[in-house]
Amino acid sequence: MDNTDAEIAKTQEERRKMEEKASLTSVTFDADLYGGAGSDKFEGYALSIPVNEDEEEQEEGRDVVRRMASFTGPRAVDIPKVSEDDEEVGFRRPQKITDREDEYRRRRLKRIISPERHDPFASGEKTPDASVRTYADVMKEQALDREKEETLRAISKKKEEEKSKRQEAPHAAAPAPATKRRNRWDQSQDDGSSNGTAKKPKITSASSSDWDLPDSTPGVGRWDATPTPGRVGDATPSISRRNRWDETPTPGRLADADATPAGAVTPGATPSGMTWDATPKIAGMATPTPKRQRSRWDETPASMGSATPLPGAATPAAAFTPGLTPVGGVDLATPTPGAINLRGNITPEQFNLLRWERDIEERNRPLTDEELDALFPQEGYSILDPPASYVPIRTPARKLLATPTPMGTPLYAIPEENRGQHYDVPKEAPGGLPFMKPEDYQYFGALLNEEEEEQLSPEEQKERKIMKLLLKVKNGTPPQRKTALRQLTDKACEFGAGPLFNRILPLLMQPTLEDQERHLLVKVIDRVLYKLDELVRPFVHKILVVIEPLLIDEDYYARVEGREIISNLSKAAGLASMIAAMRPDIDNIDEYVRNTTARAFSVVASALGIPALLPFLKAVCQSKKSWQARHTGIKIVQQIAILMGCAVLPHLRSLVEIIENGLNDENQKVRTITALSLAALAEAAAPYGIESFDSVLKPLWKGIRSHRGKVLAAFLKAIGFIIPLMDAMYASYYTKEVMIILIREFQSPDEEMKKIVLKVVKQCVSTEGVEADYIRSDILPEFFKHFWVRRMALDRRNYKQLVETTVEITNKVGVADIVGRVVEDLKDESEPYRRMVMETIEKVLANLGASDIDPRLEELLIDGILYAFQEQTSDDANVMLNGFGAVVNALGERVKAYLPQICGTIKWRLNNKSAKVRQQAADLISRIAIVMKQCREEQLMGHLGVVLYEYLGEEYPEVLGSILGALKAIVNVIGMTKMTPPIKDLLPRLTPILKNRHEKVQENCIDLVGRIADRGAEFVPAREWMRICFELLEMLKAHKKGIRRATVNTFGYIAKAIGPQDVLATLLNNLKVQERQNRVCTTVAIAIVAETCSPFTVLPALMNEYRVPELNVQNGVLKSLSFLFEYIGEMGKDYIYAVTPLLEDALMDRDLVHRQTAASAVKHMALGVAGLGCEDALVHLLNFVWPNIFETSPHVINAVMEAIEGMRVALGAATILNYCLQGLFHPARKVREVYWKIYNSLYIGSQDSLVAAYPILEDEENNIFSRPELMMFV
Amino acid sequence: MQASDRFNINSQLEHLQAKYVGTGHADLNRFEWAVNIQRDSYASYIGHYPMLSYFALAENESIGRERYNFMQKMLLPCGLPPDREEE
Repeated sequence: MDNTDAEIAKTQEERRKMEEKASLTSVTFDADLYGGAGSDKFEGYALSIPVNEDEEEQEEGRDVVRRMASFTGPRAVDIPKVSEDDEEVGFRRPQKITDREDEYRRRRLKRIISPERHDPFASGEKTPDASVRTYADVMKEQALDREKEETLRAISKKKEEEKSKRQEAPHAAAPAPATKRRNRWDQSQDDGSSNGTAKKPKITSASSSDWDLPDSTPGVGRWDATPTPGRVGDATPSISRRNRWDETPTPGRLADADATPAGAVTPGATPSGMTWDATPKIAGMATPTPKRQRSRWDETPASMGSATPLPGAATPAAAFTPGLTPVGGVDLATPTPGAINLRGNITPEQFNLLRWERDIEERNRPLTDEELDALFPQEGYSILDPPASYVPIRTPARKLLATPTPMGTPLYAIPEENRGQHYDVPKEAPGGLPFMKPEDYQYFGALLNEEEEEQLSPEEQKERKIMKLLLKVKNGTPPQRKTALRQLTDKACEFGAGPLFNRILPLLMQPTLEDQERHLLVKVIDRVLYKLDELVRPFVHKILVVIEPLLIDEDYYARVEGREIISNLSKAAGLASMIAAMRPDIDNIDEYVRNTTARAFSVVASALGIPALLPFLKAVCQSKKSWQARHTGIKIVQQIAILMGCAVLPHLRSLVEIIENGLNDENQKVRTITALSLAALAEAAAPYGIESFDSVLKPLWKGIRSHRGKVLAAFLKAIGFIIPLMDAMYASYYTKEVMIILIREFQSPDEEMKKIVLKVVKQCVSTEGVEADYIRSDILPEFFKHFWVRRMALDRRNYKQLVETTVEITNKVGVADIVGRVVEDLKDESEPYRRMVMETIEKVLANLGASDIDPRLEELLIDGILYAFQEQTSDDANVMLNGFGAVVNALGERVKAYLPQICGTIKWRLNNKSAKVRQQAADLISRIAIVMKQCREEQLMGHLGVVLYEYLGEEYPEVLGSILGALKAIVNVIGMTKMTPPIKDLLPRLTPILKNRHEKVQENCIDLVGRIADRGAEFVPAREWMRICFELLEMLKAHKKGIRRATVNTFGYIAKAIGPQDVLATLLNNLKVQERQNRVCTTVAIAIVAETCSPFTVLPALMNEYRVPELNVQNGVLKSLSFLFEYIGEMGKDYIYAVTPLLEDALMDRDLVHRQTAASAVKHMALGVAGLGCEDALVHLLNFVWPNIFETSPHVINAVMEAIEGMRVALGAATILNYCLQGLFHPARKVREVYWKIYNSLYIGSQDSLVAAYPILEDEENNIFSRPELMMFV
Repeated sequence: MQASDRFNINSQLEHLQAKYVGTGHADLNRFEWAVNIQRDSYASYIGHYPMLSYFALAENESIGRERYNFMQKMLLPCGLPPDREEE
């Protein structure tokens, strides 16, 4: 072959590899540890907890933001990922929480940390102070809020109607439904396109902009958060690809029409929220493309666009009105859309922008009273008080970027001359405080000017102290953090709940918070909670506001943390306070609030017990006042079921009774959630508790006939979970009832419905009462017609569900039916579909075997798998490989006829130029080797062995590893003697490969070498084995434990084959190396060699080595002894006298580690020889061990205690008790403590046997201490 | 004790031991220890049937009576606790 050509091909190949490196790596690495880069690393986890099953409910009545009937992509897809490629190389860099949050979760930032509330328990009968918020106040506020929301909704609805009426005339031709999409693109699109004609209505809507705002605000999130593959498909694909460059708003492009606050150009667009990015291209531009899937690039604080002073704008103030100034009069009442887009994620660049922006705002800051006084004439003006209803904005999201104005944040208590100090280089933090990030200034800025420390009031000094401690916890080094945390905990009561929480909680709302920081702050809350106990009552709601979002975090540990805090909180504050705090949120207008509240309530239920909460739940679920309350109440039940699992069983009936009315509720959402809750309850209760569901069976089964869509899906889900609880007879009956509906819904286009239907079919089919014939005749035809289509293979969740359901059906109807139906599809042209078929066949055959399969089907099957295997282009999950292996193994000897064909394919593919193909071919050999042996195809295997041997020069480590694995499989089944190539040729070829540092290669190679050393050592000369020994030493450095373990075992085999002397010399030499892991492995290897070759061949040399005056060597020898005695067990009785002098010496050594290791050797020795008559030596050794009981180093004391425990076993408890007695009542406390510790473990270990050995105590005047029974004698 | 030791097995050991009835600590006095010893002894007598029958034989009681007696004695095996001196 031409050399150059090959080289070019190789280079090309390499480049291609580099490009798909990610997918390659995913095969090698342990998928659990490293995660497949090609597939989602969260595969198999619930990607998002279903926060959204009723998400759309708050949108009713808002046509603008109506969502589609179904959504196809998993929500998690649009969580912005920090580019994963960077992270492969090293540690994950700290991630901001907001970066991975979706729009829904980010709503937490909009919640207000409510002012503290009245604690009725603390004040007793007293009437609360008017200034304190009581429960009644909060409820009133909630009611007001709701009323307001409703009014606003009504107004906007009316407006919409008017608008559409007015627009109907000019747009008579335009199809109405097209403009009625749920996002505001279209809304403003209309504005844009009708720019010329409909000028009038637009001006009106602009003037009323602040009325529209609250309504459209949540929409901002929704339209870009929802994955909309469907819509992307509509647009031209090339445009719909994310193009970062046209999305980055740079301050330099101010004049760009896109970036301009639309207020200047198209006034009509202003009310639609996020001006610059939501503005459609103006009429002149061709298509307003819906290209904006969310990317990190749009997270740039939106303020830049809007705060820019426009050249055209009249006053600078006008330019940034729509956005951010907290004093802007118009938008005080509502959170402005501008604030919502502030997602933190501050890069240095952005920080610059921020600073620049602050600078601008600084110049444009509102005038102070003094300045106004100076400006205005003294007479002719009077100063008015602000209106009573005026409330400064508290929304934290706004605070982040808001200019700290004198009226706003405490930051601006800083005196005049300090102003502007932190706009440039961050000032050095004083007094050993940790580094402050730019975002932290808002909270900790006050710490920077330390000069007036002395003038502060005690209160302020306390605040400052808290701030310092918090900053240390948040940003400090671990020791700083530790002491700060301790101080916070210890002084929690002294600081008081108020000041503490007022400092901590805002920090948790900080948009730029990172996971680690949040974890630490949450920890602070936890500790503080524990200390403050019932003092937290006024702050319960405050804390909940910041902790509840943790419950829906995507990070499992965050959820657990959140639960723990809430559970501690409820234990500290008590049920009444918790209910009082959360009751108002139950029918909050915001769905987010209700969702998190429901989850929090379920945690309270698990903390304080379900019965305590039942009366409350009952009341809530039957609330007449609002459907939201009922909805939330039922949702609480659902969450309780999910959280507590089978612990709901004792209360199952009452829980079902509480929610059962919801099935007939007038509100659709309530019906849906009720069905979902029932599903959760049934799932939690499985397999018990069917009797509790009796009352809901009828409404459920009636419901599936009358409902459609989402409600129906929920009802079906509930039924799917209830049927498995039933007896066979009932299950069969009810299954038939529901099956009609299910079969009808098979053709539903709704993805969600599809998944649920599949799941329910699976559940129904798996119950006992359902007969195979029924399934075959009634379900299968429709099932295959609607589900076994290519489209199903494209969505991962559909795919999985379909495979599971089909496997379940197969369990009932048998292999032949199902495989016969799908086997043709192995040759389908769509690869994902083929893969799905293959996976199903694999699972089915692995479950049920292949005895059902007739010769014709067998032929088809083999043909199909060969085709599918050869045609695969990418197989990261090894589906094809596993499928092939499963089929071949299931067929067993029946494959014999096809083996030549299979081997031909393998051989051909081993020679393929794609590394991936070669790897798969080699992997396939290792899967089918056993079957080849069964088919007595030794000759073929020998041939394959030779072929593989020739490919040992393989360059790609992945492939080489697989080839070695294949060789190993062949050697394993045909044995050392029959192996071709002969072992004496094979092994020398493996020696250099041992040098390869790739994990997969190492692992397979050492396995193979170990196998040969074990079974066929005699085929190889001793010199070769010694050479291998040296190579093996290097392998002890491997990171993977399996490799190290295989290596030390191989040492044992080699030593057995060529005698221990040479191997031992090598190993003992290796004790001198520096690296600890290497030494430890060496000691293990020595011990193994001693075990396999009998200790007497090793001990002399080993003990001799102890004379080397080198710490590492001596410790290594001791450790070897320790392992040695551990491995040889009772064989140790022959050697104990030999090593006693050595151990004596070690136990008296000055070096701690000597004593520690010797003590653990003594332990193993004692445990091994217990009851074999070596007590004299053991007592002697115990006398050397005993003085070490006062050691303080944890490892040493641990080893010593274990040695004493070992002695207890070997010598009996009485002996050790006698050692103990001398110190139990020693005058020195430190001594007593140690002795009691020993006594206690002695007591726990052998309480009974101590009875006979207790000392005789004399009676005293009032007390009898003697034990006369023991004196009895017959 | 160093900060790092605070959470390791050794510190937990004492906590763990304290969970068992009958274990002791540095402030245990003679009386309390003796009570533990007595109770352990009676529990052991009752637990080993041969012992129980041996005592029954020696005291000329029925085995059931002997068992009952031992159990009763476990209540206040050493009599009332002595008054604490100082404190």
